[in-house]
Amino acid sequence: MANIQEQISKICRSAQFDESGEFLLVTVPDENWHATARALKEDLGFDYLTALVGVDWKDSMGCVYYLTNSQTQEIIHVKVTTANREKPLLHSVSDVWAVANYQEREVYDFFGITFINHPDMRRFFLRNDWVGYPLRKDYDADPNLNPVPHDDEQNEDETFSLVESENGELKRVDKKVFADDEYVINVGPQHPSTHGVMRYRASLEGEVVKKVDVVSGYIHRGIEKLCEGLMYPQTLLYTERMDYMSAFMNRHALCLCIEKALGIEVPHRAELIRMMMDELMRISSHLLSYGCLTMDQGATTAFFYGFRERELIYDIFDRTCGARMSMSYDTIGGVVADVHPDFVKDVRNLCDVVEDKLKEYHKLFTGNVIAVNRMKGVGLLSKEDAINYAVTGPTGRASGVHCDVRKTHPYSLYDEVEFDEIILNGGDSMDRYMVRMKEIEQSIKILRQCCDMMDKEEGNEYCATVPKMIKLPAGHWYQQVEASRGAFGVYLESDGDPKPFQKPYRMHFQSPCFNLVGIVDLTCKDNLIADLITITASIDYVIPDIDR
Amino acid sequence: MFDFSVVTKWIDNLFNRVMPEWLSVTIECVLVAAALLVAYLVLAMVYIMYERWVCAWIQCRRGPLRVGPWGSLQIFADVLKMLIKEIVRLWNTDKFLFWLAPFFVVVASVITFACLPWGKGMQVIDFNIGVFFITAISSLGVLGILLAGWSSNSKYTLIGAMRSGAQMVSYELSVGISILTIVCLAGTMSITGIVEAQENGWFIFTGHIPAIIAFVIYMIAANAETNRGPFDLPEAEHELTAGYHSEYSGLHFGYFYLAEYLNLFIVSGIASLLFLGGWMPLHISGWDSFNAVMDFIPPTLWFLGKALFMSFVFIWARWSFPRVRIDQLLALEWRYLMPIGLFNLVLMAVIVSFGWHF
Repeated sequence: MANIQEQISKICRSAQFDESGEFLLVTVPDENWHATARALKEDLGFDYLTALVGVDWKDSMGCVYYLTNSQTQEIIHVKVTTANREKPLLHSVSDVWAVANYQEREVYDFFGITFINHPDMRRFFLRNDWVGYPLRKDYDADPNLNPVPHDDEQNEDETFSLVESENGELKRVDKKVFADDEYVINVGPQHPSTHGVMRYRASLEGEVVKKVDVVSGYIHRGIEKLCEGLMYPQTLLYTERMDYMSAFMNRHALCLCIEKALGIEVPHRAELIRMMMDELMRISSHLLSYGCLTMDQGATTAFFYGFRERELIYDIFDRTCGARMSMSYDTIGGVVADVHPDFVKDVRNLCDVVEDKLKEYHKLFTGNVIAVNRMKGVGLLSKEDAINYAVTGPTGRASGVHCDVRKTHPYSLYDEVEFDEIILNGGDSMDRYMVRMKEIEQSIKILRQCCDMMDKEEGNEYCATVPKMIKLPAGHWYQQVEASRGAFGVYLESDGDPKPFQKPYRMHFQSPCFNLVGIVDLTCKDNLIADLITITASIDYVIPDIDR
Repeated sequence: MFDFSVVTKWIDNLFNRVMPEWLSVTIECVLVAAALLVAYLVLAMVYIMYERWVCAWIQCRRGPLRVGPWGSLQIFADVLKMLIKEIVRLWNTDKFLFWLAPFFVVVASVITFACLPWGKGMQVIDFNIGVFFITAISSLGVLGILLAGWSSNSKYTLIGAMRSGAQMVSYELSVGISILTIVCLAGTMSITGIVEAQENGWFIFTGHIPAIIAFVIYMIAANAETNRGPFDLPEAEHELTAGYHSEYSGLHFGYFYLAEYLNLFIVSGIASLLFLGGWMPLHISGWDSFNAVMDFIPPTLWFLGKALFMSFVFIWARWSFPRVRIDQLLALEWRYLMPIGLFNLVLMAVIVSFGWHF
């Protein structure tokens, strides 16, 4: 740690350090930020921009950058602020970490911070004509300012960047996303293969995709804004409505984060149950992903096969949680109720069934010559790009990145069970598909060990005692878990408000799918339209998780 | 074997006795047309249900079962729905071509359908160039699809139309070549002639390896001809939403739908006529009593049964395979199927000229 501080001080004299939190906090003034960022990445190996959180601290606004060293898995976070509320400017780091491109657009959207030298400064979720910046603390939510629009969005093709010249002068450069003579087709927002209301604008040459512009926000619900108006236990339910295919993991992440802030020890049994639910969810998610991938390539039957086994998992959820989706089962301190008496038996049975049916899936689809031709070598994502775009989860691991949070930063009881992190090196759609199929096997392995642990489990306490009124001390925390599609992170900031009914000051969800959608343009370029569908299916994002 | 021409001749004589010849010909034409259209529609309905049930069975589902016993009335509900749905009129389309396109598709399919013999003497007309006529007329359909895609004035439909143009024109070659292989073996282009040449054994059994190769090529190419999975690129639901017919609604869409299912029957029918002996019963030399039993099954049933079996194979393929990509599709045709087909034709010619076939 001291070494890092020394090195950062060399680059930026005015950097301040704070070691009181869980990770080292570095505060860097904006004028040194770009150079520091480059040095952090190139000299210190912090090549992974884990999260970028915009925060309005009232007296200043700015961003918190969580950086991970992909070799040592060390995390630091950097705070860059600006005091100017009228025309806030920060330097863009999208040329250092490519993932920052979309992340900064999100911050621009919600805080109005314009990023200098950002290539494409457009709003990401909200319409271009939206008045105000919703996550600012002085945002005016008067519905008359933003009435429900009845007309199309105008000028969606126009964007700008704020270019800084050598002598520090800023110049606004207006640009167009697509040239006038390009053959641009809309894929979405209503399209069978975007898996939700997602819209791509793809520029074609014949059938070859030349550029993809992601238009997001059709299912944006402002969850982060909503959370700022709710108490901690109430915020939990929104996590399940982001990536509904990793509902348990998302909720787990927020629970862990709040427990970390409160300093609560969760009973062993509760953690075990949570972990089992996470793994069940993962299997269910990967089965769905198998189904969607196959269906998007026209093999409709395989879709139903995946759904058949998913049904068993939902039955297990149903018996224990009383709901098939949006289970609301994890809670701060543990789980809301003990598992169904037959839970362990059901899980064991499920493991056997899925293991058996996996062979059938492979027989039906994996070996098929058409499937192999459609996926092998399609949508290549190199390891460097995967790290640069902060791609995690099965997609990252298919490109050879060691990014499984269960291994890199073990949480829950993952260090007590034995399993392998599946890493393949092809980086193509086939490998992304295979990683998921192999992860199902690993999840089964974990579940079997968990079942044995459940049998030996002596305590039957499933929830710790938690204060009725949850009040967090002032501070901020970040917690990651491995969701079905990658590292899901929760940033939680509390102002330590002593009044009852404390609400989070800022809550940010770093969703894996947000990063995944960033590589669509990169991987689809110079492929056919049919490949665009294959690639997006193999990347396997969930739209509500992107839009939040 | 029962010759259906006895019936038609009897009707013809009956009419000629009571009315002048021009009138009897007109009435016969109308009767035949009516019979064909009814058969066309009934088959379409049977086929839609057939595909739904087979597909449900493959996908571990139960298929339609709410309307009527075992869902048997579902199809009537579907047809009714299709008939009463609004035909959405679009702005900025080429109205004339937009309206014309579905008729092209459906007319091409009806005419091809009319050429299929259902039994001995049970056809509209026995051309001496019957096979040639079928290939010629069935390729009219692609015109309708191209028109549909073009006149809709939509980017998706245009891509779908271009795909289907490339696909159907290419695969027509392979279909033609494999048909030619059988013509070579049979020595006639008349469909009745080809079927009758199979009286002592179906071509797939007697034609040696070239017949089997031709059969496989025909199956692949015909599947592509009908735009069905794994070659359903012109529609490519997951890429182009519905491809060339994205902009059609109501009955216009119904025409495309109808033609698609009937084309499935037509290609299965041609496969059974050319390779599986058409209406000829299955005979195994030496098994006399078995052959006698087989002879009891009416020829029309033989033909329909074979066609349904071939359709089953097509449906099976459709629901099992992923869709190929456009470049792979064209590579498959031009790099593999066509050269193999041409070589196969030469091989067949050699075999026939030396009399090596059974």
